[in-house]
Amino acid sequence: MGEIAIRARHVSKVFGQSRVLDDVEFELRRGEVLCLAGENGCGKSTLIKIINGVYKPEPGIEFTFGDETLSAISPKEARSRGIHVIWQDLALFPHLTVAENIVFDDYVAKPWRPISYQAALTQSREIIQQFGLDLDPMARVEDLSIAHRQLVAICRVLRAGASIIFMDEPTASLTYKEVQTLLGITRSLAAKGISIVLVSHRLVEVLDVCQRVTVLRNGELVGTYPTEGMTQARLSTLMTGLELELTPRAKTHTGAPVLELKNLSREGEFENVSFTLHRGEILGLTGLLGAGRTELAHTIFGMTQPSSGQLLKEGQPLTLHSNRDAVRHRIAYLSEDRLHLGLVQNQSINMNTAVTVLPSLEKPRFFLAPQRIKALTAHWIKQLKTKVSDAELAVSSLSGGNQQRIALAKWLATEPDVLILDCPTIGVDVGAKAGIFDIIRDLADQGMAIILISDEAGEIWMNADRALVLREGRIDAEVIPAKTTEEALEAIINA
Amino acid sequence: MHKRLLNRRLGTEGTLCCILILLCVVLTLATDSFLSFQNLFDLLNNQSVNIIFAVGLVVVLIAGGIDISFAVAASVVQYVVLSLLMNYLGGGNWLLGILLSMLVGMLLGLFNALLIHRFRIVSIIVTIGTFNLFFGLLMYFTSGVSIYDIPDWLYYSVPLLDLPAERGSATLYLPAAVMVVMVILTWFMLARTGFGRALYGFGSSPESARRSGVSAWKIHAFAYGWLGLCAGIAGLMQAHIVQEVVPNALIGQELPILAAVVLGGATLGGGRGSVLGAVLGVLLLAVVQNGLNLLGVTPYAFRMIVGLIILIAITTSNLGNLLPRTPKARNV
Repeated sequence: MGEIAIRARHVSKVFGQSRVLDDVEFELRRGEVLCLAGENGCGKSTLIKIINGVYKPEPGIEFTFGDETLSAISPKEARSRGIHVIWQDLALFPHLTVAENIVFDDYVAKPWRPISYQAALTQSREIIQQFGLDLDPMARVEDLSIAHRQLVAICRVLRAGASIIFMDEPTASLTYKEVQTLLGITRSLAAKGISIVLVSHRLVEVLDVCQRVTVLRNGELVGTYPTEGMTQARLSTLMTGLELELTPRAKTHTGAPVLELKNLSREGEFENVSFTLHRGEILGLTGLLGAGRTELAHTIFGMTQPSSGQLLKEGQPLTLHSNRDAVRHRIAYLSEDRLHLGLVQNQSINMNTAVTVLPSLEKPRFFLAPQRIKALTAHWIKQLKTKVSDAELAVSSLSGGNQQRIALAKWLATEPDVLILDCPTIGVDVGAKAGIFDIIRDLADQGMAIILISDEAGEIWMNADRALVLREGRIDAEVIPAKTTEEALEAIINA
Repeated sequence: MHKRLLNRRLGTEGTLCCILILLCVVLTLATDSFLSFQNLFDLLNNQSVNIIFAVGLVVVLIAGGIDISFAVAASVVQYVVLSLLMNYLGGGNWLLGILLSMLVGMLLGLFNALLIHRFRIVSIIVTIGTFNLFFGLLMYFTSGVSIYDIPDWLYYSVPLLDLPAERGSATLYLPAAVMVVMVILTWFMLARTGFGRALYGFGSSPESARRSGVSAWKIHAFAYGWLGLCAGIAGLMQAHIVQEVVPNALIGQELPILAAVVLGGATLGGGRGSVLGAVLGVLLLAVVQNGLNLLGVTPYAFRMIVGLIILIAITTSNLGNLLPRTPKARNV
């Protein structure tokens, strides 16, 4: 085992009344890839911010670097010891080139020294080549994919002399292949003696690449475990403290057909997609990112028009000119981008819930009745067991899981026959995920037809009655989860 | 899509340059007088004030802000500086005049920056406020009276280059040289210093810049201060050209200049734009107006045509974004 790169003991942090971290110990070895796991609000971010000097911890803390022991660390000191954090938003400059982003810290450090763009290019190329990355230093960051932007952020900290890199949710918006590339890069950085901490919710991938995993729960250290022999289920249990059942839904009897797709195509997006969705069925729609899942959902929801093929609802041909048409025909679509598209973050919980059904709440016409909005919201908050202290607060004040319940409520208020859920658990904790799926299963049991889009094989396997795997816009396989294993499904998706 | 590709390869500046050259060729063929030193020098003399304003404004736009108070700020500078010079400093001279104009202009710009930074008010709201405040104060204290009694150094034009021409001679005057100096200075700061790049970075993503240790106050102070300074100089140059100071001479100039700078590739979102683009934007609009003039088009049509050009330019440069996207790479 390698030497210790950093050890922090007795880490505590109190914000006002709440103890966010309580006597946590964190240890990282040189050249190690460590996973920091825990649900939202467990204190992961606070721990990172203490280690990189942004937050001042409670007294009693002990930092050890080699044989040196410190009782405090400033942001500057953390940087000089090579501690860098790549936050999920990457903190890049979209309008600048890759090279400029990589050398940006120079601009800040020596603002009035004349610069040479050529030198920036050369230096960036050196870093890029040294770590064998695939990046064009002349490209503008705004033109890059998220995966490439991540590489830019990595280059930037490497150039700043990083030896300990914290990566916050680095795999959150990457495709399977991109994740593999990133994890490969992580390994090669570790081989060069750089220590890496991955903060990730994609447990499977993380278990692959990390040597150890440190689990936090409610501000306390649960423990640090070797990943050898660790399973996803055990890790979930460690994180939540709950035993989650891991069996497929396996419902064989479904009702009458509701929605039928006949050779539906849209140029450049998907081709010849045919399937029938029944009442009470949860149909899983999976495939790699970019396989056309969301595009297909947009067409069923009337936001885009198919170039050929037919859509039938209860046997009647359906032509949708807009998503308003779709809502009228009782089709609802929960966006994958809750933050920007699914909810109006700075509006109240009441308004967010009522937004899809505002006209029906007008009485007399053109006059919104606030008490009707409140009644509607209260109904759904109760139905979906949402934790809300005051429905007049902005929806952004809620946690991810509760926000998702409001987003669901807003569509359930339209009383849909067909509900399309696009990655409903993005940014939702492991524990809260189970709650969301309980709701979805209940809805199906009550007869709603549900299309569940997800790239997590586990979610599809556990919740869908039937799963369609899309590849390059075509249906590649149809799988009955109950008749196969999660691993087999995953293999089909990634094939 | 190819329009966007064209834009990418040439850049906004390249595209503007091509259009400008094309326009010049057309005007040279269509009129006798377009391609003459007299006409070109007139163009430069007349546009130098606008270009000085424009290079100041582009800094603010790149930093992600906007300022519509700069033109009336320039009028305030004219009054304050001339009053100071005539009443307390015995008339002064060029050096003192320029230094004072820069100082007063910068202070007005810093006032904007202070409000925007300290009180976190959106820049357009702040500058709508200061636009009215500056102009209101100016009208109140001057009662709308112009200053005709200006010092000799400011009154007599300073020829730099004199070429014989068909009728009399073609002369390039001092404001053109001042304009060139301001263009080069601003360009150098934006394109060749770390601070300039940090300013682009701030405009591109204020939060990323803040986390990288960029001081938001320095960026705001510099951007609005520099625009104020440019406005001060432009004000002095304008007074020099027209040989008088009229309180409402510059009000109304802010929007055409803003339009020219946006034409030159700056956006209201920040992070984009360049000095060259701003200069080309002003020149393009000026050449169009000059051409229409030479072609005998009624001046009442100018504004309409300029408006159309701006709309066409901005919509075409965004066409790429509106066209259906090519399918995402599937085999990632």
